[in-house]
Amino acid sequence: MIGLNHFLIFSGTLFCIGLFGALSKRNAIAILMGLELMLNAVNINLVAFARYVTTGILTGHVFAIFVIAVAAAEVAVGLALIVAIYRARISVNVEDFDWLKW
Amino acid sequence: MMVMNKNLFHSALFMLVTFIGVAGMYVMLYADFMAAVQILVYGGAITIFIVFGIMLTQRGNMKETNLFSKNAAVAGLVSLVLIVINAVMVISTNWPVSNQAPPEETVGQIAELMLTKYVVPFEVAAILLLVALLGAVIIAKEVKKTS
Amino acid sequence: MIDFALHNAWLIPLLPAIAFLLIVLVFRPLPKASAFVAITAMLISFILAIHVGIGVIQAGDAFVEHPLKYAVTWFEMSGLKIEMGVQIDPTSAMMLFVVALVASLVQIYSLGYMHGDPGFANFFAYLSLFAMSMLGLVIAPNLLQMFVFWELVGLCSYLLIGFWWHKYSAREAAKKAFITTRTGDFGLLLGILLLQINFGTLDLQELGRMIPNFTEYTTLTLGGLTAIAAILFLGPIGKSGQFPLHVWLPDAMEGPTPVSALIHAATMVVAGVYLVGRTLILFKTVPGAMAFVAFMGAFTAMFAASIAITQTEMKKILAYSTVSQLGYMMLALGAGSLTASMFHLMTHAFFKALMFLGAGSVLHAMHNEANIWKYGGLKKYMPITYWTFLIGCLAIAGIFPFAGFFSKDLILEVVWAASTLSGHAHGPFQGLYTVLYIMAAVTAMMTAFYMFRMFFICFHGELRDKHAHPHESPFSMALPLVVLGFLSVVGGLVGWPGLGEGKAFGYFVRLGEFEVVHANWFLIISSTVLALIGIGGAMAVYLKGAISHEAIAKKFAPLYKLSFNKFYIDEIYLWLIHNVLDGLGKLLWWVDLKIVDGIVDGVGQGAKITGSSLRRIQTGQLQQYALILFAGIVILVIIMGFADTSLAKLSLLGGVR
Repeated sequence: MIGLNHFLIFSGTLFCIGLFGALSKRNAIAILMGLELMLNAVNINLVAFARYVTTGILTGHVFAIFVIAVAAAEVAVGLALIVAIYRARISVNVEDFDWLKW
Repeated sequence: MMVMNKNLFHSALFMLVTFIGVAGMYVMLYADFMAAVQILVYGGAITIFIVFGIMLTQRGNMKETNLFSKNAAVAGLVSLVLIVINAVMVISTNWPVSNQAPPEETVGQIAELMLTKYVVPFEVAAILLLVALLGAVIIAKEVKKTS
Repeated sequence: MIDFALHNAWLIPLLPAIAFLLIVLVFRPLPKASAFVAITAMLISFILAIHVGIGVIQAGDAFVEHPLKYAVTWFEMSGLKIEMGVQIDPTSAMMLFVVALVASLVQIYSLGYMHGDPGFANFFAYLSLFAMSMLGLVIAPNLLQMFVFWELVGLCSYLLIGFWWHKYSAREAAKKAFITTRTGDFGLLLGILLLQINFGTLDLQELGRMIPNFTEYTTLTLGGLTAIAAILFLGPIGKSGQFPLHVWLPDAMEGPTPVSALIHAATMVVAGVYLVGRTLILFKTVPGAMAFVAFMGAFTAMFAASIAITQTEMKKILAYSTVSQLGYMMLALGAGSLTASMFHLMTHAFFKALMFLGAGSVLHAMHNEANIWKYGGLKKYMPITYWTFLIGCLAIAGIFPFAGFFSKDLILEVVWAASTLSGHAHGPFQGLYTVLYIMAAVTAMMTAFYMFRMFFICFHGELRDKHAHPHESPFSMALPLVVLGFLSVVGGLVGWPGLGEGKAFGYFVRLGEFEVVHANWFLIISSTVLALIGIGGAMAVYLKGAISHEAIAKKFAPLYKLSFNKFYIDEIYLWLIHNVLDGLGKLLWWVDLKIVDGIVDGVGQGAKITGSSLRRIQTGQLQQYALILFAGIVILVIIMGFADTSLAKLSLLGGVR
């Protein structure tokens, strides 16, 4: 029987894989993909809690849908930014991006 | 697979696989509507987005486009530790699990919630999407040389 | 009209302010127009002031206990409410009248006196600003507003003394005046703050209600209140030229003569007297402060008179005379009589402004030759000046029926009363007032002497400077002289002894119960005799030449030198500043440079070094930042997990509880 713990561990692991991708990749698009994984992990968490803890109340689902909407917006803006940066620098390698340096 | 692959485009395809897998998880959680949304939005829209992004920024050879940065080792360590910590925390916590049967269908309830209790966030999300759309267009648009 | 004036008294200071702005912003290139604007505004103010005065007189004593007051809140916070407004009672109405009158006349006078001066328009702008500040000071219902205008008149005084800024002495005198009065103002500010802290209000009426019963409202002891009064009194000491801060006033004569007449004789210098008069209730509550004020006043009066005897410049003599008369006013306040002080203030404003303007007329005629020994026989050249000046001298000497006679007599009377009345509120200091009375009487004689000394030297005998061609002054200068001369003759009649309720000056301007002034023949006769002795002495020495003044000077050479050099007060200050203050300054300078700056520089250097070594961490790569962030989270969680179980609430590894 698959219980709540399994889902939580799975989503935690997925989150960490996404985190690893976001932290360790050079390509900005790959980082974006990592972020998407993290958001997905969060959604799984929400739905899992809605299923096992507050059975019958679907607020978790609604929340997850909002997260999806925000994620879609985020991807759109993020990609636009990457394209703009790419145009300015002919690169999507984040190691070249050091504008925050003093 | 997604994060380890050196080819960015393959990475994107593996991401699609992951998304569909997550949709499967939703089905297992009796969240049929969520599964549908997951496939539509992630599997459809966002993957297409990412692929477009790759096409716009990467020219020519797709090999060696998705390398690790020099932080990879530390990042891997941190992530692994986090996985372990998370697992320990999840297992050691006594969750207040309810034993009710899951609802048969969720679409109607979600619709009701969205249009009554959460109508304002719903509208705000709609506006957010619009703003994001416009913002993305403006940011990505070619900067006109004015002078 | 009267009602309008009473309820719109704020217009009185506002009009000169508007004139000031108009001149500065619009009319500066047009001297004639500026003068016209300034004088028009001033005259309207004066008319309003007259109507306010009439309104107050018609109201009887209704305003004495309950002044007409209206105000808007200036700023407010808990425990502190400061208002900006107008308080009309007989005292302020009287001051309004005097200030507006003298200001108007001086502005008219300046038309002639400053004719052709390159700074003509500026001069009228400053005069308007001054009139605004002084009138604002007069109607202030609380001490803070008073203080603001108090500083403003100080500023105007500075500007006007240094009006001929191309003269080195004028610049120095302006600085001296400003700094010296500021010294006193510091004490005044401290006093105001102490009152606010202890009583929680600066409103004059409320203070007047609370101070007599101060033990109910505050934890102050009598000694504490005495200290507050003494500190507060520092302001008037500086502003009204009381010893030892009188040194600026004679030097202030470097300014144009109308300025001396307006600011340094009739209005600004009496601001100190007015302030003490306004807060007299405070001084009355503590006998020690009263005695202090009275003693300072009497001592200053005598001290300044003794200097005035030997001076050789007309305006310097008048300046010391002003200091001396201000001492008189303080003495009257110290004896507890607001009436006598304000009465003398008013008459003094008339005759001293008259004399200054007369002196200005003489200077104008003699092309700014200051030494009176160069004058002589001016009587036949300038008759109007001669006669008006004579009136002024008679008035200040206290000869019946001129204005000074009544006011000076009233002061002597209240001091005498303070020394004799049994059960009077002066406590252990009662004996002091007998001494003070003698000092005041002697000063009266000295005043008569030095005034007529100057008078005879200037206007009688032969013209000593053969190159000068004196001439009578133009109409615009003669008119104010005549008006002021007239007032100097009749101005004292309002204080005629025996006048009853509703008529006497003391009925309106008073603190406490009204008492009909009864003529004290002993005092009247003795003071008249003393004045006549003074005049006679001056006549014998300087008119008839019966006794050679040089012989006297030689006989009392040390005293003469002491007086001529103003008791070396300036030199003492100079020595003090040179040796003590400069030494202290050097020491502090060294401390500041080596120690304070060293610490500050060290801190700066340290930050710089740390910064330059730390800046390597800032790679500018967000990814690294995020990595460090998550690594931090991991480390935190691990620390919490393995930490002592007493931190169990923070411990996450134990799971959510």
